[in-house]
Amino acid sequence: MYGKGLRPLSIASAAALGTAIGLVFFYAPLDADQGFIQKIFYIHVPLAIVTLGGFIAGGLMGIKYLRTGDRSWDMRSYVAIHLSIVLAVAVLITGAIWAKASWGHWWVWDEPTLVSFLIIFLLYCCYQPLRFSIEDPDRQARYAAVFAIIAGAFVPLNFVAVRLAQSFSHPRVLSTTGGNMPGSMRLTFYVSLLAIALLYVTLWKLELTSKNASIQLKRLRVRLEGVLEEQHSAAGAPAPPVGTVPASPRDS
Amino acid sequence: MIGTAWTILRKDLQIELRTKESVPAMALFSVTVFVLFHFGLQRNELEGDLAAGVLWVTLILATVLAVNRLFVTEREQGGIDGLLLAPIDRTSVFIAKAGALFLYLVLLELVAVPAFGILLLGPDLFKPLPTLILLLLLADVGLAAVGALVSALAVETRARDLIVPLLLLPLLVPVAIAGAQATEPLFSGNQAAHELGKWVGLLGLYDMVFLLVSIAVFDFLLED
Repeated sequence: MYGKGLRPLSIASAAALGTAIGLVFFYAPLDADQGFIQKIFYIHVPLAIVTLGGFIAGGLMGIKYLRTGDRSWDMRSYVAIHLSIVLAVAVLITGAIWAKASWGHWWVWDEPTLVSFLIIFLLYCCYQPLRFSIEDPDRQARYAAVFAIIAGAFVPLNFVAVRLAQSFSHPRVLSTTGGNMPGSMRLTFYVSLLAIALLYVTLWKLELTSKNASIQLKRLRVRLEGVLEEQHSAAGAPAPPVGTVPASPRDS
Repeated sequence: MIGTAWTILRKDLQIELRTKESVPAMALFSVTVFVLFHFGLQRNELEGDLAAGVLWVTLILATVLAVNRLFVTEREQGGIDGLLLAPIDRTSVFIAKAGALFLYLVLLELVAVPAFGILLLGPDLFKPLPTLILLLLLADVGLAAVGALVSALAVETRARDLIVPLLLLPLLVPVAIAGAQATEPLFSGNQAAHELGKWVGLLGLYDMVFLLVSIAVFDFLLED
């Protein structure tokens, strides 16, 4: 019931990923300056865009939770942010590899996108420690939503601040806006972006399904235990002493 | 609403005046960090970007101390229950707490900036002082808004002292960027390349965004 649409979604993302990989290796031209290593662009940049989109979506779902009080929105927001944190690690690693290959350093401070990404990653790394150090589940959901909203608002602000801090004399090696990309590169980039976005949605839905299934399983198990206990006491087990409270509230 | 906020703020200031918990600790901390920087950087005098960086990083680290304490008294002594039971707007609690933090920061800077001028700063402090005061006040508004929010967010967690710096410091990176970039020419005498307007604009944007976001979400942190 929860996994509805998961199968077509998985097939679509697998097909899109396959197409994207095919386009990257056989269709897109080699970059004149950077050669083969430039192809990491087709995974690095879509991953970064999807990760940031996931963070902002997590914030929007947090707003939705605070407005409706519906716990399933909290769950959605949690899974979105959690997945984005995992993908952010991949973004930082692919970014470092690209930087090493094209500029000779594992890390370059004058690449504003990379730097802002690191700051945002550091901030979101606190999401889980914050969330799981609050015991009351209701408060946990509320505080996590507040964090998601603050951090979501911080993402664009931080980008502005870091970009302003760069001197504009530094040449932008590759403009991601597509202004100077040939058509075949742009097509490959958009297909890759679509593939990664589909992959993100599939993973998000999969984790949500698994979480919901385990919650339901737990609920069923508790109910089963209640039924068994009831049968047990009906079958002539020693009755609890008069005046004591029943062990489980479900005994009534 | 302003009246209630003022009452809570006065209560906080009175507690601070009697216990002397936050501001002296922040001031002491900042002077200690200046000494550490003297040895860490192995410089007797700083100027330009180094001076700006040391001053702003020290102020931001000192902010962490006050943010750690801001809601603790309410929590430990049960004052928060009183605030929650009182028929007042929750926003006024935020305004009072942010106001208290703002005043602590101003008091800290009254000590830390002259101390910095005496201990580490090479160039004269008096000439750039008016611009520096403007920048510090603008930054304090943002620090106070974010600090009050983070403090309320972290006070209910088990690992409060860990959550506050981990959460606060990344959020304050734009303040560090704007502050250090705008202060650097003040301390180097290189006024030609000064882009003060850009950084004042960034600080103003930061203050506005976080004041609005804080007021919008603060109610949910005090809801029980």
